[in-house]
Amino acid sequence: MSTAARGEPRARHRRNLTAGILFGLGTVAFVDEVVFHQLLHWHHFYDLSTSEVGLVSDGLFHAFSWFATVASLLMVAALRREHTFWGLAFAAGWLSGAGFFQLYDGLIQHKVLGLHQIRYGVNLVPYDVTWNVIAAVLLVSGVALWTRTARHAGRSGRPAEPTEAS
Amino acid sequence: MDHHGHHGSEAALLGPGEWATTILLLTALTSYAVAVVILHRRGISWPGGRTASWAGGLLCVGVALVGPLAERAHDDFTVHMAGHVLLGMLGPLLLASAAPITLALRTLPVAEARPLARLLSSAPLAVLTNPFVAGVLNIGGLWVLYRTDLHALMQTDPVVHAVVHTHVLAAGYLFTVAVLGGPDPVRHRPSPPWRAAALVMAIAAHNVLAKSLYAFPPEGAPVEQARAGAELMYYAGMPVEIVLIFLVCRPWILPGPGGPADGRVRGTPSRRGGTRGGVRRLPLPFRSSPTVGPRDGRGPAPPPARTVGRRRPARSR
Repeated sequence: MSTAARGEPRARHRRNLTAGILFGLGTVAFVDEVVFHQLLHWHHFYDLSTSEVGLVSDGLFHAFSWFATVASLLMVAALRREHTFWGLAFAAGWLSGAGFFQLYDGLIQHKVLGLHQIRYGVNLVPYDVTWNVIAAVLLVSGVALWTRTARHAGRSGRPAEPTEAS
Repeated sequence: MDHHGHHGSEAALLGPGEWATTILLLTALTSYAVAVVILHRRGISWPGGRTASWAGGLLCVGVALVGPLAERAHDDFTVHMAGHVLLGMLGPLLLASAAPITLALRTLPVAEARPLARLLSSAPLAVLTNPFVAGVLNIGGLWVLYRTDLHALMQTDPVVHAVVHTHVLAAGYLFTVAVLGGPDPVRHRPSPPWRAAALVMAIAAHNVLAKSLYAFPPEGAPVEQARAGAELMYYAGMPVEIVLIFLVCRPWILPGPGGPADGRVRGTPSRRGGTRGGVRRLPLPFRSSPTVGPRDGRGPAPPPARTVGRRRPARSR
């Protein structure tokens, strides 16, 4: 929020990044719901073994993810209207957010809280490894892109990327 | 269980409670229509979307309380849950979006509008319309209903039945108005982040309750019905929740071109940007306030909703 000359691209970077992170959370929750619950039926609505704290965590996770999806899409609409949408910064946030929450889901919710497992009646190890490796790759690439775009925003008066707004 | 025949003998006819409900709903519909006509005669237009929203909301309530769905809800927990979504979620959203209080304030003669405005600005109502308080009344009420013996009692005692339904509708309406902060006047409306936080917490509590019903069916509901009902509660409630999130976030994150919007619900939430030839959409009835001067020798109209909406409606003359 600084008003210095270099503050403007930084604020722009931050807003695009925030929208991306929220959208990443929304994406993960949406994929979880649609692909794993509805299409594959790997996840169960409730597997009856969940601790209470796990249920609360899951309830909050899904409630907040819908908020995040709606809020991030509105933020993108606002950014585009102001011609300040920055695709790379948004992508950096999206990958980081998706990776972080996928990792949270895979490590904390599945393993620590025992909320539900990825699949039932199979050896879980390959599933867990795949799940969390994908999460880590998303997170690392997101953070790499984040630092790159942040350097851009910090260095130049204007970011190198052209605005994609209309 | 629940195959007792307390409604069996009069299954074909409406019971006295259902007659009363039908008459109440029709009265609500007629009053709204009459108010719109009165406004129209004064040269003030009232958005058709709001009238449609009112009718749709009453229809939701009616379907939930009278007729085949209500009849089957006695015996089938899944159907009961469908009624719950209509009565406690979709119905209240549509009714609240119709801004009935604003319409009443605009239509009633000053002498009668003033007590209403005073009631709106009273301290108890300010507490009740706090989104966190309203959320506890709404979702907390559901927890009490399903996690105590109340649900079983409600199936046998018609008075408890009526009280529970009234509470579900009233608390749902209160919560919708409190979270949206409008379109009707709400005193001490918290900022959008607070309202969004209350909404997210209420949705989370609703999700957790649905999953808990799946695991532990309420008194008297067979397991399969309870599970189907719990999933229905979770998934059918979701669209309503998403619309609520959108309505809270829209004026906050993507305000109209006239600066931060005042949080009032617009007629068509799906509309992008809020512009239409540079004119904001729904405050239309309020924009035409020049025509609302002294008329019919009744003195000035109740204050325009913009003043009413924000604070102390009773103070302005």
